[in-house]
Amino acid sequence: MTVMTYRDALNAALREEMRRDDRVFLMGEEVAVYQGAYKVSKGLLQEFGEMRVVDTPITELGFAGVGVGAAMVGLRPIIEFMTWNFALLALDQVVNAAAKMLYMSGGQFAMPMVFRGPNGAALQLGAQHSQAWESWLAHIPGLKVVAPGTPADAKGLLKAAVRDDNPVIVLEGEMLYNMKGEVPDGDHVIPLGVAEVKRVGEHVSLISYGKMVNVALQAADALARDGVHAEVLDLRTLRPMDVPAIVATVRKTNRCVVVEEGWELCGLGAQVADYVQREAFDWLDAPVLRVHQAEAPMPYARTLEKHAKPDVAKTVAAARKVLYLD
Amino acid sequence: MATKVVMEALSPTMEEGRVVKWTRAEGDAVKAGDVLAEVETDKAVMELVARADGVLRRILAPVDTSAPVGTLLAVIAAAGEDIGALVAGAPAAPPAPSAPSPRPGGAAAGGGTSGTPAPPPSASPAATPPASGGTGRSSPLARRLAADAGVSLGAVSGSGPGGRIVKRDVEAALAGGGARPAVPGAAGDMPAPAPAAAGPGFRDIPLTQIRKTIARRLVESIGPIPTFYLTAEYDLGRVSEMRAAMAAMGDDYKVSVNDVILKAVATALAQHPEVNAHWLGDRIRQHDRVHLGMAVATDDGLIVPVIFDAHAKRMREISREARELAKKARERKLKPEEYTGSTFSVSNLGMFGIDQFTAIINPPECGILAIGTASDQVVLDAGTARTRKVLRVTMSCDHRAVDGAVGATFLQALRRMIENPLMLVY
Amino acid sequence: MMARKKPDAASAALNRELLHSMLLQRRFEERTAEAYALGKIGGFCHLYIGQEAVSTGSLSQLRPDDYVITTYRDHGQALARGMTPRAVMAELFGRSDGCARGKGGSMHMFDKQLGFLGGHGIVGGHIPIATGVGFAIKYRGGDQVCVCFFGEAAINNGAFHEAANMAALWKLPVIYVIENNRYGMGTAIERASAINDIYERAQSYDMARDVVDGQDVFAVREAIGKAVQRARADSMPTLLEVRTYRFMGHSMSDAVSGTYRTKDELEEYLKRDPIALLRSRMEEAGEISADEIAAMDAEVKAVVQDALDFADASPELPLEALWENVLVDTTSDAGAMPARAG
Repeated sequence: MTVMTYRDALNAALREEMRRDDRVFLMGEEVAVYQGAYKVSKGLLQEFGEMRVVDTPITELGFAGVGVGAAMVGLRPIIEFMTWNFALLALDQVVNAAAKMLYMSGGQFAMPMVFRGPNGAALQLGAQHSQAWESWLAHIPGLKVVAPGTPADAKGLLKAAVRDDNPVIVLEGEMLYNMKGEVPDGDHVIPLGVAEVKRVGEHVSLISYGKMVNVALQAADALARDGVHAEVLDLRTLRPMDVPAIVATVRKTNRCVVVEEGWELCGLGAQVADYVQREAFDWLDAPVLRVHQAEAPMPYARTLEKHAKPDVAKTVAAARKVLYLD
Repeated sequence: MATKVVMEALSPTMEEGRVVKWTRAEGDAVKAGDVLAEVETDKAVMELVARADGVLRRILAPVDTSAPVGTLLAVIAAAGEDIGALVAGAPAAPPAPSAPSPRPGGAAAGGGTSGTPAPPPSASPAATPPASGGTGRSSPLARRLAADAGVSLGAVSGSGPGGRIVKRDVEAALAGGGARPAVPGAAGDMPAPAPAAAGPGFRDIPLTQIRKTIARRLVESIGPIPTFYLTAEYDLGRVSEMRAAMAAMGDDYKVSVNDVILKAVATALAQHPEVNAHWLGDRIRQHDRVHLGMAVATDDGLIVPVIFDAHAKRMREISREARELAKKARERKLKPEEYTGSTFSVSNLGMFGIDQFTAIINPPECGILAIGTASDQVVLDAGTARTRKVLRVTMSCDHRAVDGAVGATFLQALRRMIENPLMLVY
Repeated sequence: MMARKKPDAASAALNRELLHSMLLQRRFEERTAEAYALGKIGGFCHLYIGQEAVSTGSLSQLRPDDYVITTYRDHGQALARGMTPRAVMAELFGRSDGCARGKGGSMHMFDKQLGFLGGHGIVGGHIPIATGVGFAIKYRGGDQVCVCFFGEAAINNGAFHEAANMAALWKLPVIYVIENNRYGMGTAIERASAINDIYERAQSYDMARDVVDGQDVFAVREAIGKAVQRARADSMPTLLEVRTYRFMGHSMSDAVSGTYRTKDELEEYLKRDPIALLRSRMEEAGEISADEIAAMDAEVKAVVQDALDFADASPELPLEALWENVLVDTTSDAGAMPARAG
């Protein structure tokens, strides 16, 4: 185990995969000379050269399409979006091209590529830069979607994403890049589609993913002070979702709170709640509750922003509610 | 002119009544004073009589409806008179006898399934009992638990929002013996018994002596012993380091997590004789010596061989004895003196992947420690995500001898040793 | 503009191949329209009739290892690239033997073996993909080229400009071929583009550019030949505007003439049918006789009939196929595969 930041874990994953396979290249805005808007690609230009670490014009649609074309003819592109907010311009390439090429071509053209970048809100970036897109992306057949919440998962899931022959969306977090954590040494690859119990408990299941996992873990700590043992299930992969893991934890604890970053309507937690009602109905002792962003564009004002975001207090309150403690 | 038939207060204390039977059917001509229905009050079954002449035009409360006093149950009016406004104003009334819908507190379970027209109320004397008391709301889990335990939710009062019966209510009812078992046949919705196959359809397993003893001792325990439970979570990081360091010195030095726990428990018990005690009815005997019982699962059942004077033994001896005793237990070679005389016991189900459980006290001991699986957990240590191996232990305490604070102090002492195994040589 | 050129030095045999290719597309699509009317083919179906000199002229200049990517009006180019009429027709019929297993349809013809990277349904969406193919060629140090077809309406789309800029910036071997058939669905170019000589848009990116008569297969061949040379030898992109005309409506649900173009205009263009032009030049040059032309036409018609019969007999997809090809089933062990393969 080595303690490193989430940023360095991603950097290590990129470096290791680019060393392992020379079809892998990184493309995006500011990834090369600037070393990455968030320094995730630090040192890669120096090691791999400008053909494999490619700065692009500010053209999300354009360079996402370049990635698709390169993947069609045998390369394994990693397309970095400076944030997923900007990637909306590229959704035609992600959704209409990458996700469908294999299907439309009757299995001839696989899309072994990764689209990655920070997702969701950071701090006071305002309405256009503070959005969580996971439910949009996880909606699309033909994509895989991962949302690592710790440095170890960031490394292991990104490496798995690069090796996968399908288009994989990697949702990172601006607020996570500086987070430190233990990362297993060696070739740390985490299989896609497998959730992880981050904390064992028996009273209530907190199901989460991405940076919200840390909210759930802190909520579990707070609950433990009152003698409530929350189990924290980190979905890690949002598509395909590890339904057996969801069912197992809810059947064990009988109570479920989903902690998600996006908005409520059609949000990711709605799907989790659906799996729970379908597969664990007779084990439920309370309705499934969801902690999510308020149904408003993200405000700039600090106090309003805090009010809008899912957080530890809201998670604790939801957990206590399903436990009938309040 | 139309007349309402309402739930009347048929006893001085009655607040709510249940329609047991309609003695007149829709369309019947009735005269004031005729008995229309039988209503179960809080005291007895009473008759509800017509207050006007006319035709019993509509029955709004099917049999088994429980309704507060004043609730509209039926309408008497002249044939052909428009009663639409009256019927429409009925709160939560089912639209028509042909389409009864479950009502709060009404005949939800056991009634007709949707799409099956219910028989006219007057034609269903074999009334089904209400599915529950209270509001009739219950969580899916509570319903399943009650069904598994064969109890009727009607006997359980709900503590959840709006009176919802939840898991804890069913458990409380079961523990208190307050729930009445559902009588097959009475509920009307019990599954039919499976047809008998060839042979008796069951197997009798003769009780072994050990099974008899388990049964007797455990009944003794769960019955009279006021047990409470304390759970603690220990970080196994240093135990892992210690084991790795010892294993590196050679196979002779390998110890298991269980060995370390046994040693730590024995040491902690020596420091806390108030836990290392027997309840003897008229007195508590605190032991200076620690005879540590260790529950072993065998093909026949559970047996608890004893490591005598465990407090004075080195880990290596404990490790060896634990292995030998377990082996003997599984081979049924334990002598009685090897499984009696313990002062405190430990039960470890970690190898079965049980995260946490509660064990039943082995009297006259006053406590038992249940050890779960060591699991990896991600913790945020000042913002840094770390994986640590943790162990959940739950101590069952006989409250007659061990108070909460005493048990907690013991678990604290145990934490010091497990989280800092060097304390074992202190 | 569009001065008639004499037939180039290509042999009579080559000219016969060109004629055969164009005739096959024409007869194939005539029967496609008929099958559509009979309900054998569904959905959107865009015919290429009138533009055959563009596909044949362009693709006859490519090597087998080059790449082609195009729009939803892709039947003609699929055939010109060498896909069998059977595979294309079975795809139109949505059957198992289609070139995309019946999962693509009219707008999504694919053939990996031929480097045919698909018909794409979102206007302009495939242009950046072509740039990516060019990037991959350069990445691997190869000398292939990628030809990307799109209509004149796509030139106004942001995707074109993003893609063209990067291709010029990075010097990629991509040939962007504008098939200017004058109408983006029902909107005439003059009503959609601020300039009419749209090949001049390349100036913005300092990219080589050209404009050519798209009804003259030799002219197309010559212009594409230069662009291929530029791409292969110098790894430089080209924007080539090919002026052509579709003789049919935008799609099967669009009248041939009517609201947005007049019958007179259509008839004027029909005089410059690319197949008729090639045939008469070959006849003038004594390369082919009327009997030979009739025989070729009969042969092509038989091939198309065979394709229809084949498609009709091709099995429907099993229902399990719905779930197939959503994802690649296995995670690749890319490390075990030869890098640079592809």
